Amino acid sequence: MGSFLFRRILATIPVLVIVAVIVFTLIRLVPGDPAAVIAGNMATNEDIARIRTELGLDRSFLTQLGIWSKDLLSGDLGQSFFFKKDVVGLIGDRLEPTISLAALTIVITVLVAVPLGTLAAWRHGGWLDRALMGFSVLGFSIPVFVLGYLLVYVFALRLDWFPVQGYRALRDGVGPWLHHLLLPAFTLSIVYVALIARVTRASVAEALTEDYVRTARAKGLSESRVLIKHALANAAVPIVTVIGIGIALLIGGVVVTESVYSIPGLGTLTVDAVLARDFPVIQGVILFFALLYVLVNLLVDVSYLFLDPRIRY
Amino acid sequence: MNATFVKVLKNGAVRFGVVILSALLLVAILAPVLGTVDPTWLDAINMSQKPMARVDWTGPDNQTAPRTLIMGTDSFGRDIYSRVLYGTRISLVVGVMVAVFSLIIGTFLGLVAGYFRRVDSILMRVMDGMMAIPGILLAIALVAAWGAQLSTVIIAIAVPEIPRVTRLVRALVLSIREEPYIEAAVSVGTPTWKILLRHVLPNSIAPMVVQGTYVCASAILIEAILSFLGLGLPSEIPTWGNIMAEARVVFSSAPHNMWFPGIFLGLTVLAVNVLGDGLRDTLDPKFNKRGEKR
Repeated sequence: MGSFLFRRILATIPVLVIVAVIVFTLIRLVPGDPAAVIAGNMATNEDIARIRTELGLDRSFLTQLGIWSKDLLSGDLGQSFFFKKDVVGLIGDRLEPTISLAALTIVITVLVAVPLGTLAAWRHGGWLDRALMGFSVLGFSIPVFVLGYLLVYVFALRLDWFPVQGYRALRDGVGPWLHHLLLPAFTLSIVYVALIARVTRASVAEALTEDYVRTARAKGLSESRVLIKHALANAAVPIVTVIGIGIALLIGGVVVTESVYSIPGLGTLTVDAVLARDFPVIQGVILFFALLYVLVNLLVDVSYLFLDPRIRY
Repeated sequence: MNATFVKVLKNGAVRFGVVILSALLLVAILAPVLGTVDPTWLDAINMSQKPMARVDWTGPDNQTAPRTLIMGTDSFGRDIYSRVLYGTRISLVVGVMVAVFSLIIGTFLGLVAGYFRRVDSILMRVMDGMMAIPGILLAIALVAAWGAQLSTVIIAIAVPEIPRVTRLVRALVLSIREEPYIEAAVSVGTPTWKILLRHVLPNSIAPMVVQGTYVCASAILIEAILSFLGLGLPSEIPTWGNIMAEARVVFSSAPHNMWFPGIFLGLTVLAVNVLGDGLRDTLDPKFNKRGEKR
């Protein structure tokens, strides 16, 4: 187990290095003089020269890469041009709303998708199964921001059950926090429910055809026990895998959902940074999300050990 | 007609997708003659009109004529019906071009990785790195670097899709190269490039077509998201995302401005997804699993 963990962590290093190089290259893709583009139309020549020195754009490519990696390793993502703040600090400030939204979305998704998928697989071809498959195609197709506005229109503007926009920090109390977050999390969970219910259905349906399920039924176990203890438990690995892969989908959705509901998280920060051409912030946010993705999938791999005792690394 | 083609056309999902997409294609081509006006023109007298309003409309030629505004106007006085119809063009072009572009590059890389084991590990590590960055975020960052034009938006959306296509094609190549006919071709001294083009590529077409439709659907969504966030094509260009970005500002007084382009967008993506599912079921390539898609 210890050596597995060590090897698995070691394997994430090349991925992170490649992510870092891609992110580093990003700013060099700007056509013409990146410093002039970043400085904007109103900039003086001094501004452009200052930005060029600050970014180290006046030095050779390899020197730049060297300096950048050194800063990165010491946890320094540079300074934001627009917010005039440390990028690491800026990301820290915006972390809570984003993590809250993502976590609540995953909780809602798992609570809804796993039972639905299991029941659909149990009554394979029944009305619930067909309804779920239809819903999942719809879920993949409805744009998250259209859905967001639809829910705002019905539940905030018409019914007045939830606030239209905004975010309350967790330290102001769980009640207001949840009240502001439920609608965004529900919006975001739809596509995720579609994905995970589909995979749950497929893998539980497969497990239900196995001999041990027949045995379990033959020895007179209740259907619920067969479904949960035998079928679902054996279907857990693919389900958890998809939750991990789906994190990329979730992060994309977070950016859009935060924008719809004016939640001051990392998504809003990204959009503001792009509009202001604030490259250190854009780079920092991408690095952060990529790191998060890699870490979640590392956790997923480790969870296999607990979910399936047959897996030994 | 060959048997596979008939089987595909008999599938209900494929039919649904083809019918809806053909209708949208017609709308895109015929947009100028479907009672539309210049989608970038604004008539300041007719700002924020309700759907089906009868008004006197002044066009770019300064001629005033009575006109029914089927979907109303936005807060600048632009005709939403015309903008939605012309928006079909951008969405379809982006969807198809992204699919074609990412399939071409991804197929090339996948063939190389699958057949030349020496480059495989390096290439696939690079792909892993790209896949660790959420697609929308990478697209946003690339558009930010290149500036938003139609060509840069297409490439920016296509780049994050490339690793997925590469992985699929690589997996296909790895399974196909174990087939006896490849062994036979190798043993009679067929050059590698010929094996790839004659044997591996034709046997990969079906799963690639399915993957292409899914890429197309996600590209249409991402383009709309870029526009909606104000990061895509310039706001005067009629894209569904841009119309909705405009609609956000007046949402509480004119929510219909959001629904019209939203329905078109949702229906288009639904049609492409359903078409993809239908193709997958009929062509049955075991490689296209929904869970591994994004």
